[in-house]
Amino acid sequence: MCLAIPGKVVETFSNEGMHMARVQFGGVTREACLNYVPETRVGDYVLVHVGFAISRVDEEEARRTFEALAELDQLSELDAPVVEDGRGGAL
Amino acid sequence: MKYLDEYRDGDIAAKLVERIRRVQTKPWVIMEVCGGQTHSIVKNGIDHLLPGGVELVHGPGCPVCVTPLEMIDKAHAIARRSDVIFCSFGDMLRVPGSDGDLFSIKSRGGDVRVVYSPLDCLKIARANPDKQVVFFAIGFETTAPANAMLAWQARQSKVDNVSLLVSHVLVPPAIEAILSSPENRVQGFLGPGHVCAVVGYTEYEPLAARFHVPIVVTGFEPLDILEGVLMVIEQLESGRAEVENQYSRVLARGGNRPAQELIARVFEVSDRKWRGVGTIPGSGFQLRDEFREFDAEHRFSVEAIDTREPAVCISGQILQGIKKPHDCPAFGTECTPQHPLGATMVSAEGACAAYYAYGRHLKDADLITIGDGRR
Ligand code: SF4
Repeated sequence: MCLAIPGKVVETFSNEGMHMARVQFGGVTREACLNYVPETRVGDYVLVHVGFAISRVDEEEARRTFEALAELDQLSELDAPVVEDGRGGAL
Repeated sequence: MKYLDEYRDGDIAAKLVERIRRVQTKPWVIMEVCGGQTHSIVKNGIDHLLPGGVELVHGPGCPVCVTPLEMIDKAHAIARRSDVIFCSFGDMLRVPGSDGDLFSIKSRGGDVRVVYSPLDCLKIARANPDKQVVFFAIGFETTAPANAMLAWQARQSKVDNVSLLVSHVLVPPAIEAILSSPENRVQGFLGPGHVCAVVGYTEYEPLAARFHVPIVVTGFEPLDILEGVLMVIEQLESGRAEVENQYSRVLARGGNRPAQELIARVFEVSDRKWRGVGTIPGSGFQLRDEFREFDAEHRFSVEAIDTREPAVCISGQILQGIKKPHDCPAFGTECTPQHPLGATMVSAEGACAAYYAYGRHLKDADLITIGDGRR
C-alpha cells in the first residue's frame, strides 16, 4: 500500500486553494496534489501516492545511480563469474 | 516509463547477484520492512536468486495486514449505518471482520465506496450534505500526508459531514520492537523507501547505532532491492552498522518538510495495536484535539468490540521475521486469499498472500509446469 508511482507532470492548476497537477503514468493521466512539492514544474517527474506527490524524482541522481550499476556490470565482466551452485538466473 | 524500466534490467540484476555472491562470506538474515518490497521480491523471485547464505525475511510493513480486527469491526459497524457513506482504499474491502467484509456490507445495501485519494471524500461530502462521509484512514507514514490533508481541508473549508476512522502506524517503533525481541533473527534491514520519502531517515540512525544493525533505505524495483541487499551485506561483512540511502533519486535524509509540517499539525503520536503483534508504545498517529470533531470514533462512539484470532495463525511471528508462511499448517489449505484466517493473508502485500499468489504453496514439481513468474 505504500507504493508510490513515478509520473510526469503535464499540467499544473489550482483548485480549492490547492496546488494540483495532471500527471501522466504511461498511458494513464490522473490528478495529483502538489502541495507537498510546491517547486514542481511541468515536465518534472513526481512520485505519487494516493493522489499526492510525495517527492520529485531527481533525474540527475536517477541517471547517476543507474550508470553506477551499469558500471558494476562492466567491472564484473572483467573477472570471470564464479557460479558455484547453479542457482543464478535471469530476472 | 522513465526510471522504471531501467531499474528492471535483467542483465544488471544478474551482475548484482554475482557481486553479492562474491562479497558474502557468512550467512546473513535481512528483513525488508515494507510490504511493497515483499511483493516485488516474491514476484520477481529475488529471494531465489540470492546465494543460499542470504535469507530475506518479511517485515510488518503492510498497513492493511496490521490493522487490528477490532478496528475493522468498528469500520464495519459504521459502514452499516444508513446515514453513512463509508469510503476506503480498495485493498481494505475484502478484509474480513468478525462478521463479513465491506463487500458484503455493500451487497446488503450499505453505501461503501472505493476512493483513489482521501481528497475524493471531500467531493463526496459536498455532493451529499445529508449524509455522513467516513474515511478509513489507514496507512504508514507514506499515507499520512494525504490523510492529514483530508482533515485539514475539511476543517479549513468547513465540510463538517466528513470524518476519519484513523488507524495509522509508524515504522521505527516496529523495528525497535522486532530488534528488542529475544527471538530476533534479523541482522540488517532494507528500509522503507516511500515512508522515508515523507519522514526522512534520521529516526533510523539511533536504531542502527543502538542495535548495531545496518539499515539501507531502499526502493521497490528489482535493481533497487538487489542493490539494497548488496549494501547491507557489504556493511555486515565489514562490521559497519549505518543508515545508508540506496534510493537517492527519490529521497534525501531529511525527507519532505512541507509534508512533515502538516502531519505534525493534524496528528500526534499515540500507542497502537498491531494485528498479530499487539500494542507497541508510540507506534501510531491519532488526530490532535483540535481535529477531534473529525474523528469518526468520537463522532459515532462505537464501543470496544471483543475479537479473537484463529489459534493456528502465526502471522505475528511472520510479521516479526521469526517464521515464514510455510511454517504455518494452514497456509494454502484452510487459509487462502479467498478465505484469509490472519493478518498476513488479507492483503496482496502480506507475506502469506504474496507467497500464495506466486505459487509458493505448490510443490516444486508443480512450479516447473506453471512457470516461475519471473521477467
Ligand atoms: S497462512 Fe493464514 S493462518 Fe497461516 S500464518 Fe498466514 S495468515 Fe495466519
